Amino acid sequence: MIVVTAVDIELAVLVLAVAAWTIAARQAFPAVVGYVAYGLLLSLVWVRLYAVDVALTEAAIGSGVTGVVLIGAATRLRGTEAEAAAEQPRAFLRLAAAALCVGMTVALAAAVLLMPDPAPTLAPEAVAHLPSTGLGNAVTAVLLAYRVVDTMFESVVLLLALVGVWSLAPDRDWGGAPKFPRPAGQDGVLTFFAQLLPPVGIVVGIHIVWIGADEPGGKFQGGTILAAMWIIAMTAGLVDAPQISRCWLRLVLVAGTAAFLVIGVAGFAWAAGFLAYPEGYAKPLILVIEAFMTLSVAATLGMLVGGPPQQELRR
Amino acid sequence: MSAATLAGLCGAALVGLGLYGLVTNPESLRKILSFNILGSGVFLLFGIIARRGAAAGLAADPAPQALVITGIVVAFSASALAVALLLRLFKETGKVTLGADPPTKSPADGTGV
Amino acid sequence: MPSIALSDSTTTASGYLLVLAVILPVIGLLLAFLLGGRRAEQIALGLMPIGLCLAAAIAFGVWRADGVLVYVLGGWSPPLGVALRADGFSAVMLVTTALIVTAAAFFARANFSTPLDLTEARAPLSFWTLLLALWAALNCVFLGGDLFNLYVALELLTFAAVPIVCLDGQAATLKAALRYLLFALFGSVLYLLGIALLYGAYGALDIVVLSQRVRPEAALWVAMALMTAGLAAKTALVPLYLWLPPAHAGAPPAGSAMLSALVVKASFFIAVRLWFHVMSPLPREAAMQILAALGAGAIIFGSVLALRQERLKLLIAYSTVAQIGYLFLMFPLAAGEHPWTDAAWTGGVLQAVSHAFAKAAMFLAAGLIAETLGHDRIAGLRGAGRLMPMTIFAFGLGGLSLMGLPPSGGFVAKWLLLTAAVESGQWLWALAMLAGGLLAGAYVFRVLAPALASANANEPSPRPSPGRGREAAALALALFAMLIGFAPPALFELIQIGRPQIARPVTTIVTSR
Repeated sequence: MIVVTAVDIELAVLVLAVAAWTIAARQAFPAVVGYVAYGLLLSLVWVRLYAVDVALTEAAIGSGVTGVVLIGAATRLRGTEAEAAAEQPRAFLRLAAAALCVGMTVALAAAVLLMPDPAPTLAPEAVAHLPSTGLGNAVTAVLLAYRVVDTMFESVVLLLALVGVWSLAPDRDWGGAPKFPRPAGQDGVLTFFAQLLPPVGIVVGIHIVWIGADEPGGKFQGGTILAAMWIIAMTAGLVDAPQISRCWLRLVLVAGTAAFLVIGVAGFAWAAGFLAYPEGYAKPLILVIEAFMTLSVAATLGMLVGGPPQQELRR
Repeated sequence: MSAATLAGLCGAALVGLGLYGLVTNPESLRKILSFNILGSGVFLLFGIIARRGAAAGLAADPAPQALVITGIVVAFSASALAVALLLRLFKETGKVTLGADPPTKSPADGTGV
Repeated sequence: MPSIALSDSTTTASGYLLVLAVILPVIGLLLAFLLGGRRAEQIALGLMPIGLCLAAAIAFGVWRADGVLVYVLGGWSPPLGVALRADGFSAVMLVTTALIVTAAAFFARANFSTPLDLTEARAPLSFWTLLLALWAALNCVFLGGDLFNLYVALELLTFAAVPIVCLDGQAATLKAALRYLLFALFGSVLYLLGIALLYGAYGALDIVVLSQRVRPEAALWVAMALMTAGLAAKTALVPLYLWLPPAHAGAPPAGSAMLSALVVKASFFIAVRLWFHVMSPLPREAAMQILAALGAGAIIFGSVLALRQERLKLLIAYSTVAQIGYLFLMFPLAAGEHPWTDAAWTGGVLQAVSHAFAKAAMFLAAGLIAETLGHDRIAGLRGAGRLMPMTIFAFGLGGLSLMGLPPSGGFVAKWLLLTAAVESGQWLWALAMLAGGLLAGAYVFRVLAPALASANANEPSPRPSPGRGREAAALALALFAMLIGFAPPALFELIQIGRPQIARPVTTIVTSR
């Protein structure tokens, strides 16, 4: 068993301190910035837990894209804190809530300390079946073979979140494009980065998806990097945000789920059944799904950051 | 105590912190933020369970890791939808909280609270 | 022990139907979103008959096999993989869902058709896509055999349901939707927390595998408490009901019908899976009594609040809060092995189903009333009966089922629950049910009395009455709620299929299979 090192303790204290500050800060904007820092620290904790796939996902999505969305919102809502402070619950209610939360933490901590030893695990089974998937990364095998149905539905969840966000547009803007606000006064720097970064980012993103079969990485992490490049390019005005009525956009958005469904249904004919892969073809088929999913994830994340369409449809 | 147990205790504390923020902060944006911290605490618990399940040459059980990756994506989708709702609500009413109800636009629309 | 794993984790004949039921609406939503415009509506409506046939085929398959249908996805058996399972309760809920979604879709055509001068409009495209997603998520919940897979399905359900609430873009509904979303997220995060603890303790998330591994220990009880609290928040069980009335009352009528009839039942369904299936080998009397106490509280509190509403839609929404309470009385009454538990189980399931039909009918009727009169104030309903008799009749039939009067489905459900409560000597729950019936009678009467009275001369002249087709949709649902009262014995047999035998050691379960 690994004994706690000073690094682990410092990291845990830092994570908790930043989280507490994020909860307690008076202004929303610094709180959100604190949250982004918190997410990055958390990725380090994940690395310390030997969960590099999760660390990458946390950094890319948990901290990265979520941070962009929250910072965008905090910017738009600046100066509303004073009004909200008036609705702060009374002291005894807050005290009761605090007691409840402390109780919850204690119960969970007890559960953690009382966990059975040796811990139950699916690792041996996951490893035993790894050869039949042709993959080297067991986490990818869980996501795209053993529990592939979760991932399929997750892609539907992402798409549906976008439908939900779009449904909040004003009627007259339907079919138009979302707006990526350009930060004032920094056009030069932004354009410079927007020209410099995407080629590098696209290569890195595709690389992360490609190695995901065998090493940590995969469609969500790679797709997020692609999305980030696209968002930077749209924010800098180098490319236009697409109109949501565009056929190609809709096609890219549904491509990932469609790939799951097509290959899944084909499993009835060529393999043991729905979402089963034929003997010896698991890895190439998984890579096909990953490729389509990467495109869909990148497009969905980019459009989710953009929010509902705000510019009228140009006919 | 192992590094994993420490991370687990950290996760338990994050759940408590997030829950407190979710319940007590009147601002919707801060509730969304707290929800994310609460969620990351839950994910961290999965992380220690994965780490404790190290076996068969793997440093951590892959199944809980995969669940967390799915969970992170779902949590992001939830935040994006909640933020979009909040911004639209702000545009319509200029309010950022869910406290006292604003007067409804037309009393006859049947949607008044 | 291996024999049970085998019997519950291998694909059965016609198990592929379960896959089709789950992916059909997903294919539909992808096509609707991709092709857009009027196509979205056509796709949704075109899939309804197929989905109905699939649900009926699954119900028939379960009944004929007299056992659980199983499909192991990708050939990976649990605990590593994920299985879909359909028992009697699943089958009944699938058919109910298909019927109500079909009626709601048919009803919604008038409100959500794409205007002629546009190729695509916001509200119609959103509505039809969300409707298909809602259907997919519900089917996934009723067939899911894995707790984490159910979590993803629940999130899908939330993301489909929340935007439907605020499709009109009004401040009040936006606020209701945001509050609904926050409650739902709070619920799912607690549920997820429970999943973490269960996996940490037992290394599995499959319901059947878990039921073989659970031991009475702290981690299990903490997990169950967290998950139940989360699911209760999503089901709007008192005291976590605050989000429900504004959301259900504010949504468009077809949306309200689906939300009140089906969406709240999904999280209840998972709670039943947890307490009756996962926990089947363990005694859990105290927890069941707590759930029932909350249920009884919901019946009284929800009914009293319904009685005090000024607006029809809010009255119906608060009545949902009350009717959810009955569902939770099922927990202590159907637990254990006693002469009354079979009846209580059937009663609980029938309450879920008959309330679904009755409530969907009432929300559709209320939508028509509000559209015709231009408001939904209960005090201003005079003359509505003469103006739209079919609608008021549908509302009245639904009300009959809520009160639990014969010959409605609600009567059978409540009678079974009531007799179980009396037989088992749990008088308090019997009293709560009787009081709930009386209060329901009072709030339904509050609506029907003015509606059936003749119109005031000084009332503003109403808008033209709604199309007969939409009135028929509401009436058809109300008639279904009635029909359950005349259900053949086969339905009762179906509901019992797959019900876990309770509080017996695992070994006896194995031999009994």
